[in-house]
Amino acid sequence: MSTRLAKQGRLIDRSKKIEFSFNGKKLKGFAGDTLASALLANDQMLVGRSFKYHRPRGLVAAGSEEPNALVGLGVGDRFEPNQRATTTELFSGLAAQSQNHWPSLEYDVGELNSKFFSRFLTAGFYYKMFIHPRPFWKHVYEPFIRQSAGLGKAPDKELKDADTYEHFYYFCDVLVIGGGVAGLQAAKTAAASGAKVLVLEEKCNWGGRTPVDGGTIEGLEADAWVAKTVAELDAMDNVTLRTRTMGAGVYDHGYILGYERLTDHAPGQGGPRHRLWRIRATQTVTATGAIERPLSFAGNDVPGVMLAASMRDYVVNWGVTPGQKVVVATNNDDAYRTAISLHEAGVEVVRVLDTRESGGGDLADKVRALGIRVECGRAIAKVKDGKRVTKVAICAQNGEGGAREEIEADAVAMSGGWSPVVHLWSHCGGKLTWDDAQAHFRPDPERAPTGHDGKPFVVTAGCASGPLGLSEVMQDAAAAGARAAEAAGRPATKPAEVATSELVEAPMEAVWLMPAKADIKLRMKTWLDYQNDVKVSDVQLAAREGYESVEHTKRYTTLGMATDQGKLSNINGLAILADTLGAEIPQVGTTTFRPPYHPISMGAIGGEARGDIFQPLRKTPIYDWHDSNGAHWEPVGHWRRPYAYLRSGESIHDAVNREVKNTRDNLGLLDASTLGKLIVKGPDAGKFLDMLYTNMMSTLKIGKCRYGLMCSENGFLDDDGVVARIDEDTWLCHTTTGGADRIHAHMEEWLQTEWWDWKVYVTNATEQLAQVAVVGPNARKVLEKLNAQAGGGMDLSKEALAFMEWKDGEIGGFTARAYRISFSGELSYEIAVAASEGQAFWNALVEAGKEFGVMPYGTECLHILRAEKGFIMIGDETDGTVIPQDLGLHWALSKKKEDYLGKRAQARSHMADPDRWQLVGLETVDGSVLPDGAYAVGNGTNANGQKNTIGRVTSTYYSATVDRGIAMGLVKHGPKRMGEVLDFPGTDGKIYKAKIVEPIFYDKDGEKQNV
Amino acid sequence: MLILECPYCGVKAEETELHGGGEAHLKRFGPGSSDDEFHDYLFMKENPRGVHLERWRHVNGCGKWFHAARCTQTLEVFATYSAQTTEPPQEVKDKISAKRPGWTWREFEG
Amino acid sequence: MSNAVSALGGASFAGLAKVEETGLGGMITLRGDLASAKVQAAVKAATGAAVPDTRRIVFGDAGAAAWMSPDELLLLVEYERVDAVVAKLGEDLAGEHHMAVNVSDARACFAVSGEAAREVIAKVAPVDLDDGQFEAGTFRRTRFAQIAGAFWLDDAGTFHIVCFRSVAGYMYNLLCAAAHPQSKVGVYA
Repeated sequence: MSTRLAKQGRLIDRSKKIEFSFNGKKLKGFAGDTLASALLANDQMLVGRSFKYHRPRGLVAAGSEEPNALVGLGVGDRFEPNQRATTTELFSGLAAQSQNHWPSLEYDVGELNSKFFSRFLTAGFYYKMFIHPRPFWKHVYEPFIRQSAGLGKAPDKELKDADTYEHFYYFCDVLVIGGGVAGLQAAKTAAASGAKVLVLEEKCNWGGRTPVDGGTIEGLEADAWVAKTVAELDAMDNVTLRTRTMGAGVYDHGYILGYERLTDHAPGQGGPRHRLWRIRATQTVTATGAIERPLSFAGNDVPGVMLAASMRDYVVNWGVTPGQKVVVATNNDDAYRTAISLHEAGVEVVRVLDTRESGGGDLADKVRALGIRVECGRAIAKVKDGKRVTKVAICAQNGEGGAREEIEADAVAMSGGWSPVVHLWSHCGGKLTWDDAQAHFRPDPERAPTGHDGKPFVVTAGCASGPLGLSEVMQDAAAAGARAAEAAGRPATKPAEVATSELVEAPMEAVWLMPAKADIKLRMKTWLDYQNDVKVSDVQLAAREGYESVEHTKRYTTLGMATDQGKLSNINGLAILADTLGAEIPQVGTTTFRPPYHPISMGAIGGEARGDIFQPLRKTPIYDWHDSNGAHWEPVGHWRRPYAYLRSGESIHDAVNREVKNTRDNLGLLDASTLGKLIVKGPDAGKFLDMLYTNMMSTLKIGKCRYGLMCSENGFLDDDGVVARIDEDTWLCHTTTGGADRIHAHMEEWLQTEWWDWKVYVTNATEQLAQVAVVGPNARKVLEKLNAQAGGGMDLSKEALAFMEWKDGEIGGFTARAYRISFSGELSYEIAVAASEGQAFWNALVEAGKEFGVMPYGTECLHILRAEKGFIMIGDETDGTVIPQDLGLHWALSKKKEDYLGKRAQARSHMADPDRWQLVGLETVDGSVLPDGAYAVGNGTNANGQKNTIGRVTSTYYSATVDRGIAMGLVKHGPKRMGEVLDFPGTDGKIYKAKIVEPIFYDKDGEKQNV
Repeated sequence: MLILECPYCGVKAEETELHGGGEAHLKRFGPGSSDDEFHDYLFMKENPRGVHLERWRHVNGCGKWFHAARCTQTLEVFATYSAQTTEPPQEVKDKISAKRPGWTWREFEG
Repeated sequence: MSNAVSALGGASFAGLAKVEETGLGGMITLRGDLASAKVQAAVKAATGAAVPDTRRIVFGDAGAAAWMSPDELLLLVEYERVDAVVAKLGEDLAGEHHMAVNVSDARACFAVSGEAAREVIAKVAPVDLDDGQFEAGTFRRTRFAQIAGAFWLDDAGTFHIVCFRSVAGYMYNLLCAAAHPQSKVGVYA
């Protein structure tokens, strides 16, 4: 059984007991425990079920490489699936649930997969099985797979994450990722040069694994050296130290993401849960250590089989032992340290199996001296299946697994050698080289990732560079720190020699299969990827089926595609692939390393962007009034505009119709502040606007307004609006609401990059002004009343301010600019006042307008009013493929101008094609409303057997004014087909019949606006 | 995520302050140009692997358009320079040549 | 006019740093040739300040001038004086290609002060807030999370932020979130 030891545990505080629960069971641990160590202390070796076969799985590792111990953590609005028990710090009240089992962790029905069907669930099973017959995918296979797919359980969709998150931008000369002895040494060396240094450590404590492994640095035990060095660094102004912060990814031009977990160990304490550091570092040192590789033997996934160094971590760091009788299997000297640690903790090491015929070095001698039985050239043939290690069969490494001896044990410590953590080096293009002696890929310092200047910007330090011995690690780290500081522009320094002591190790031996010639029955029980249930036999099958590329094999077998991204399985898997293909490992190569190193929360990525700051909402100065007067909001870009103002008991439809009728009969007010207002000024402004608009703006008289169209260089209609000539060299260009920023940018682009010698300045004054459309037969009356109340103001009579004129002055005491323009066909003024006075002006209009039947109206009413008059709307009648000629706007296309943006494009053959669909009005035969976006169908079918389309609806409304459905649409040869009735099949199965008419449904002669 | 130094305000701007604007040094063809010229102007853009001349705008910054000479393969930036030019200045060409001898891009070369 | 109100009515929040909407400020966009003697004289006359260097703000006895781009300044004056100053700029720069526009009402202004002000801003703007990099008189246009904004540091250690009026609520909520009392980063303070 696994249990807490009486002694040991450098990271735990036995005086502080912590209660937590696992699958509802109340358990106890100590402060300093991880969830993993606390589970082991409570003999909870079984922590989950595997993804495909639902095999029982236990803890394999002690760090972030752990593939099995994924649990659901927290409850309610703090529940999160797939959290690693090994990286979860224990806290009081922690509630964890195991995953992938039904009905319970102990008794799982899905495990039958493993017992009875595993020979059918081989590599590529899903591809092979579910492809035929075709209809089965949708109706049988997919629903079944959806039931059983997914790792863990998604949080309740009705709940929102209770926590907040944030980002933090940080800039430094040297970023050190990893706070082990190498990272600290590199940081110390870099900081001594005066460089601004940031050090990130993913765990809550410094020092990495050296304090567990032993050895001295500068005459001090590792723990003491770490404490001293951290204190020194902490005291330096140019150094920032962060624990619980993982270097998650290295990106182009020295952009690094750090993932800080602020409250995961103390949920609900307030403040953000995670902080995403968005770092720009001139140089980055990756001191990310190395990860131990499992050995590939049958039953290497049975709970109780663990990485040797991780088992040592549990003993030394947390005072727990995974078993009472332990077998150690290794191909290198490091695992002997585990045997020593176990022995020192009073745990029986029943056997050390060393695959090397020649055995180990100093460490092996030490183990033998402790009376532990060491056998060389031996291997594990098989660990007996079950929920726990019970028996281990032993054989010769260089055989097929026969002539076994069976011994009793309840835990196995395995070590297949070490691989440097090269992920961060590789994220941005750092290349690897194969190291035969260590049987691992390590960074090739000659092929580092390069930055904006073409020079390397990542340096590795310590084990992450390849060397595993303490002395080499420390020298490498000091050199890395010095190199990074120099590359970051600091004076070159010669790194100090770091005195260390350690035991001499014998060379390791590459072992990719145990025993070397294991038969198929063993290979089918030999796991490579624990989380995705990929076995040695699967990779071999993939190779036989022709998957030669490691990237293809990965996808076919799913090797390394689980949430651990193959941290344990990749090298072992590609060694098997290479062997099966008869190729060398370096020739087969690795898969691509992609960020993040270890999964990070979606919350951290989103940062502060949630709730009311999920995205910016743009509000006009009159927003609050709208909101408290029944506005039903419509998003228009980031703006919110009232769609209609609902009165009590009214439907949206009712409200819109009321607003339409009232504006036609009495007086309507529209908040038009969102319309773009661009001021264009300069000696060349007229010339410039003549290029931007399709019609002539340079000839516009001061005091007059003109409607204009803007096209892109492709000829397509882009925006429209009314232009006012302000003075000799100043124009004010109104744009659509969505067009303000876009057209401003469009103007700047042409001025800066094409016509930079033209003397024109543009300012976007959209938000300077609140603009109110005062519309309806009573429009003049209300404005004149305001003037009368104020004792004077501008003359708003037909004579003084005619249609399509503008004037500056005062209205009701407000400094205002009035435009006599109309988008409704009614008598209409658009009045602009300072945005800061917008609400006051609106209030004055509402108050004064009462006797004239004033009502505010929203965007839907605006749309209906304009459609009744046949005015086009950018975004309805246009969609980026429509040219002004399609809309019958030839009158707005200057024939006099030699050039304007879009003119040349409109002469291209397809643009001049008489078959282009053209704007018409549409009236349903029965007066109903045409469905929006419906297509008109004509004779014949296309190549796909679908009816030919000959037009489509672009705008369609119920008009309360004419009490029937009205619509506009684009129809092939439309204007020549007046009176023809077309069929518009709806998505409801009905066919709507509509007659082609002139696109104007109300006041054809324009008498109402011109009074 | 790229960093480009805006030649107008000197900010070493990260990509979130910038807006990419496609190929640099386009020659506009308007009325009077042939169909082929106009078609090429609109649609036939350079997309090289290696040295590229691009337009960028410091949109969340000083608002100015500028040019960047960079390598699309390694993302090395050779230079950023004024948008008010129809060809890369000699000093920019020299900087590219120092890193990529023999480079060519449309009618320009090292 | 007494009807003028700022977007948020002077809202304020005290967290890691103090966040305040500072009310209406007079602001003028001035575009022109910044090297021209006439422009320099006009700016001096309007604000008492010299034309600032790139990415700087200069204070004068009647306002301040901030560098927006190679051909644009933001002039800060009292809100009530704006129309008069715009008119005077028009006279002073007659005959010179320029543009002077009142943008006071298009903007919202905020102050962020206190020990952690640098950290609060560094959470939302991709700018190096190290005191060796961002000092009194530095003026920077950038983005604040998802919106454009400009900010500077005054001699008293207070940051001033200007953004568009329509997004004042977003900016305020953003800064308040960044100034959450339990969200101290601890690198600048």
